Formats: sequence, structure tokens, C-alpha cells
Amino acid sequence: MSADELLREAERVMTICNACRYCEGFCAVFPAMELRRTFASEELRYLANLCHNCRGCWYACQYAPPHEFAVNVPRALAALRRTTWQEFARPKRFSGLFRRNGLAVWAAGLAAAAVFLLWGALSAESGLWAARSGAGAFYRVIPYGAMLGVFSALALGALAALAAGFFSFLRQTGTKASEFFAPGHQLRALKDVLRLTYLEGGGHGCNYPDERFRHGRRRLHHLVFYGFLAAFASTTAAAFYDHVLGLPAPYPWLSLPVLLGLAGGLAMTAGLCGLMVLKARMDCEPADEEGRGMELAFLGLLLAVNGTGILLLFLRETAAMGVLLALHLAAVAAFFALLPYSKFVHALYRWAALVKNASEQSKAG
Amino acid sequence: MSLEDPPGREGCDVLVIGGGNAALCAAMTAAEAGARVILLESAPRSFRGGNSRHTRNLRFLHRKPTPYLKDAYLEEEFWDDLMLVTGGKTTEALARLVIRESEDLGEWMEAHGAMFQPPLRGTLHLARTNAHFLGGGKALVNAYYATAARLGVEIRYEAEAVDLEVENGRFRFARVRERGAERLVSAAACVCAAGGFQADLAWLKEIWGEAADRFVIRGSPFDTGRVLRTLLARGAKAVGDPRQCHAVAVDARAPRFDGGIVTRLDCVPFGIVVNREGKRFYDEGENFWPKRYAIWGRLVAGQPGQEAFCLIDAKALPLFMPSVFPPVTGRTIGELAANLGLPVGAVEETVAAFNRAVRPGRFDPARLDDCATEGIAPPKSHWAQPLDCPPFYGYPLRPGITFTYLGVAVDERARVLREDGRPCENLFAAGEIMSGNILGQGYMAGFGMTIGTVFGRIAGREAARHVRG
Repeated sequence: MSADELLREAERVMTICNACRYCEGFCAVFPAMELRRTFASEELRYLANLCHNCRGCWYACQYAPPHEFAVNVPRALAALRRTTWQEFARPKRFSGLFRRNGLAVWAAGLAAAAVFLLWGALSAESGLWAARSGAGAFYRVIPYGAMLGVFSALALGALAALAAGFFSFLRQTGTKASEFFAPGHQLRALKDVLRLTYLEGGGHGCNYPDERFRHGRRRLHHLVFYGFLAAFASTTAAAFYDHVLGLPAPYPWLSLPVLLGLAGGLAMTAGLCGLMVLKARMDCEPADEEGRGMELAFLGLLLAVNGTGILLLFLRETAAMGVLLALHLAAVAAFFALLPYSKFVHALYRWAALVKNASEQSKAG
Repeated sequence: MSLEDPPGREGCDVLVIGGGNAALCAAMTAAEAGARVILLESAPRSFRGGNSRHTRNLRFLHRKPTPYLKDAYLEEEFWDDLMLVTGGKTTEALARLVIRESEDLGEWMEAHGAMFQPPLRGTLHLARTNAHFLGGGKALVNAYYATAARLGVEIRYEAEAVDLEVENGRFRFARVRERGAERLVSAAACVCAAGGFQADLAWLKEIWGEAADRFVIRGSPFDTGRVLRTLLARGAKAVGDPRQCHAVAVDARAPRFDGGIVTRLDCVPFGIVVNREGKRFYDEGENFWPKRYAIWGRLVAGQPGQEAFCLIDAKALPLFMPSVFPPVTGRTIGELAANLGLPVGAVEETVAAFNRAVRPGRFDPARLDDCATEGIAPPKSHWAQPLDCPPFYGYPLRPGITFTYLGVAVDERARVLREDGRPCENLFAAGEIMSGNILGQGYMAGFGMTIGTVFGRIAGREAARHVRG
């Protein structure tokens, strides 16, 4: 379906839901819907990003197919959500990456791997396959300046693109930037993010991967989310050691960067594997089939970042270090390069939708 | 039709006929008491649950607040509320039994998988009396099916009991049609919980004639009343007015069956209602809508062609819950009338006369305000405001049947009574098929589910007790 058709389908479904409202206890989407009588494109884009895809409303729906109303809220909103990410993406010429996301991830990953392997092979003293140890060992494979330059550029580019995407979210959902300034709204949204309130399905968990209410998916997502934060903290600590304390990597096992990185990496790996298993088992009826490639690509890319990172940590004293470093840097580079054009953006837009939700619910009283 | 010569025969302790709330409560209770239970649901899995699919809450007695119910709701108030809606048409012993046995029903329901939510906007007037199911009735039914299966109940979908063999008040077996084949299922006890007959169009026509062709059935198309008809034919005592049904005014564009909640229209108190001749026929502002919506089905059914049209103007549009179909619009009353297919002159005249009759007052949808008409018949007693704010909107209305009142008489142990008043020894009934014992007329939100749950549990318990001797 085209973006227009997806908008019309979401409008049709929300109009039926708004006359029913039985699902209002599951999540934030239905109470937000109840504040409206009609559903313009701006509002539908917002509601689509507010939906956490817990699927409670699918199994509870008295109008689900084969009923002639054929209501399928999770699918309608997930499909629309996927197209909104494409619409929000900046610069616009990269938005097409969302359409062939699996391919984009593979292409970026392989290209980056080729670049780093070649680079390492050319610049490393005594070749890529050789054991090295001691401070600055990694820089003897890929030089310090190159590493810093490439990753600073990628990170800044990703940040700029995400910021631009955020502003197009505001524009295309009819949201005033001032709604974002109230600390109260931010605080409530932050709580919803940190707890994943709307994967709780009203307290009993979400209907994922099948009809039963379970907390598994929320807990696995927590592993990924908090693992990601720990890995980010590890990177920050490492940067501090390197640039402020003048202590270049690799670091000993009992150091902050390694402990945080290992904990985060293991948590994320466990969470990602769990999410992949659930996805393989999930009931596809309420799913947006076209988005599946993007979701798997994102899980796979994160898994590659973690897997190569953990391997590198354990094998850093061996001759495999050079290859593993190149592969790990390649995975990280691909991750950063695709950050604004991968499922990662769900974090940004869900957060933005949650702030908007906090704002309008506080106004509604 | 002979019930002998069984094409294939199987047996169980307790046979439950029906697949809605009452049937599930009976099946779970009997299974917990150790009985081998088979449950026959005539609908396919995706439409299981009868009219319970369309419910959203249940009323029960409670002495203390719960996480999803405010304050307390005690027997005398409960009883008074029932008196108010039934006008005394009830069986007091059974009604009081339901009320008493409903005490803290929420805990039993939760123990069997039910989930509740606090009421949000729209249903706050029920916040003290009615507990709302998280996700509504289908979610409740899903939870009960899962629990029943875990308790070992054998669930058969698309399995319809087409006849029952009852000898001298003793159930012997049922003839069951399942995937095109018929077989006999015998059981030591049988619980009939298969609902009313509102989906049997031919039966409706026997009562209301051709008019029934234009009725909308709000609930399940599988509530054909076949089990009810069989019980009555096999000597069960009837209860409830066979000619009455609970009917509300729904959007005429609603599907013939199963439209449920979304086709209702709450606009009547904020506009006027005309028939196909363009004439008003009843006081639209007689009382608050929750107290009056149930009479509008019959009112519309009494109009030519069983149709009517609610007309409002732009200022009334935000005052009521949105409905599923968009209103027909017009920049003028005449244009709206034409778009609705109504006689333009007559509608313009009706609106002009109504607008002239409106007396000034302070409009307040939250109370019985003093905005009324003067000098027209029928009057509009409250919320009368001139239709003068374009664009104008119109909704076509038809009668929408929720349920029928005819049922089988039961005693306090849920045993089906025979015509002479003696109870059947092993034949029980629960839910809409017997709610006419308690709800002789009218309706009270969430009370059908209370009757179904309480009597479902009684029927399941008594059936299992009968089996164990």
C-alpha cells in the first residue's frame, strides 16, 4: 500500500476504534485517540509513533477479521509508522534506504568491513594477522587519527540527521516545539521510556509473540536498552581515559570501559537473541510484513556490533585481534552510518510521541 | 426426526451447550469440581463467545473499593436499581440470589484469567457499580477459553446442538452437528447456555412480521435460539414476554449482524428525530440518554419503514461520542433533507416549527436543563436548542436488537423447570437463555454478565454435583 493508502486505512480503523474504545486500558494510543473526533494525517503520524505494538488491541478486538470491519490496529499503525520514518528522514535523498533496509545494512556492513580490513592490512606493522599487546595496540592496526576522524564524522553526521528528522517529526505531526520544553512532560515521557510502560499492556504484559499476555518482550527490550546505555557509557569512559588521562586502549579486565562494555555487550546480545527468537515465533496476523526486513536488519546489525566487540575483547591478545578489530570497527561504522535510516529511529520518534502525549494528556486533565 | 440410530456416540460427565460467558463459567466450575466437560460452541473460533464478545463490564456487589471500582455497592441499592429498570418484572428470589452471589465476583473472575481496568472517559457514571474488562468482552472470553482449556474442558468449535433428548425431565443426549456430520453426545448432566433467539430472522418475523426485515441484530449471528426452542419443545416452562426484545436505535448503515457498540448513536438528546415523512414523533430530551436509549429502538420500529433520522447542527456535533459512520451533511436544512432522501418541505417546516417553539434557557448537557420547547407536540423537555448553526448533520436510524426476553424458567439451583413447575434433574440453564427470570423487562448495564456469571457458576457446580451423586 502507498503512504496515502496507509493513512486512509489508519483513519478508517481509528474512526471505528473511537466509537468503541474498549481498548483504552492497554496503552497511550487509545486515550490519545479519544481526544479527537477526526484523524488528519498529522494526527495519524503521531498516533502511529505512539503505538508500541503490544498487540493487546488485536486479540481483544471484536471487529478483527473475519468481521467485515476488518480492524487490525497494530498492523495499520506499524505500516504507517514505517512510512512516517521514511517521510521524516533527512536528507531526503537517503530516505529510500528505509525501503531496502536489509540490503542497505548488508551493503554498508560489507563495504565497511572491506574498507577496514584493507586499511588494517595496509597500515598495520607486520600485517593484520599478528599478535600485539600493550597500550595503543589497537592504534597499531588502525591509526589513531584515522579512527578518530572516521567515527567523529559518522557520529556527527548521524546526530545532525537525527536532529533534522526530529524537526520534521514536529512539522509533520503538527507539534509545537514548545510542548517539548515543559520539564513535567519530559519527566513523564522519560518514565514511560525507562519503564516501557506501554509494553505492559495495562499491567499484564503484551500479547507477544502470541495471544498470551507476557512480559518477555519488555524484559528483553530492557536488556537491549540498558545494555546499549552501558556500552555507550563504556565508550564515553574509554574516550575519557584516552583523551583526558592519556591512557589509550586496550584496558585491563578490571577497568571501567571493559566492565561496562562487557556487561552492556552481554546484556544486549542476550536481549537481541531473545527478541529474534520471539520474532521468529510471532503470530504474523497483526504484524506489518513489509517492516520485517528492517527489524531483522537492525537486530542483526546490533548483534554484529556486540558479537565482534565481545570476541575482540576475549581474543585481543591473539593474532586474530587485527581482523576482529577491523570487523568490529566496520560493524560500528555501518551502525552509525545507518543510524538515522534504520529501526534505531523508533527510539527517537517514540520518545517524541511520548512527550507530545504527556503534553496533551496534561492539558486534557 | 428420530434421535435413535446414533451415527456415532460419545460421552462425558457434563455437556455445556454454548460458548459465551455463562457457558464458560459453567464449564470452568464443573471442570474444577472434577467433571469431564465438553463445551459446544456453534461459532468458529474467531467469532466465539456469543454476545459476551460485545460486552465491556459487569456489575457486582462489593462492600469495599477495589482497584477498579469506587466505594461500595450493596444489596439494597442493587435491588432498587433492578426494580427501577424492570418495573418489578422479576423473580425476587432469583434476583436476590444473583445479587448476593455476585459479591466480590471480580476476585473469582481474576482467578480465572479475567483482567480489569479502571474506567476512563465515557463510562465514569459506572465507576462505582461496574467493573470494566481490560480490552472488553472478547478479551474476557479469550481469557476464559484459555483457562477452560487448561482445566481440561474439551472445546468444540462449529459444533451446534441441533436437538436434545429429554425423557421425563431427564437429559439423555444431544444431537450435535459438527463439520457436516452428526453425532450423539451423551452426558450425565447438561448445561444450556446458548443465548436468546435474536439472530433467528425467521423467528423475529413470526413476531414482528415484515418489519423485522429492517431490524439490525447488534450481536452475534450465532445466537439463533435453537437450544431455547428445543428446550421449550421438550417441555421446559417458558418465562419472559416472547414478543419483547431489548432494542436501541442504531445507525441504519450498520451491518446486519455483529455491529456491536460502534453503531450506536448518542446524538438524539442534542437534536431532533423525524420519520421518513419529516415529522417528529417523540420527546428527544425526555431524560438523560443512558436512561432513555433503550426505548428508541421500539420507537423507531413503530415508524413507517422502521426508520427515522436524527438531525443536529454544527454546535451539537462535539457533544456526543463519535460513531462509526460519518453523518450526512447539508449547508441548509433543505439540502440535508434532500441528501437524506426526506421530503424537503416537510422537514423544513418541522425544523422551523421546532426552532420557533424553543424557549430560552441555560443549556447544560450535564443536567436536566431548562432548555425546553413550548406549544409543540411532541415537546422536547430538555436540551432543546434551535437548529440554526450550519452545516447541518443527519444520521439515519433503525431498530437494533440487543437481546430477546423469552427464556426457560429455572430454580435456584439453575435446574430447568418443566411446564408443571417441577425441576429437571440433570438439565441446567444459565445466561441469556434464562435471564428472563430476572430481567422481565428493561436492562441495566453489565447485569446480563452478572446473571451469566452467577448462574453459570451455579449450573456448573450443580451439574458436577449431580454427576458425582
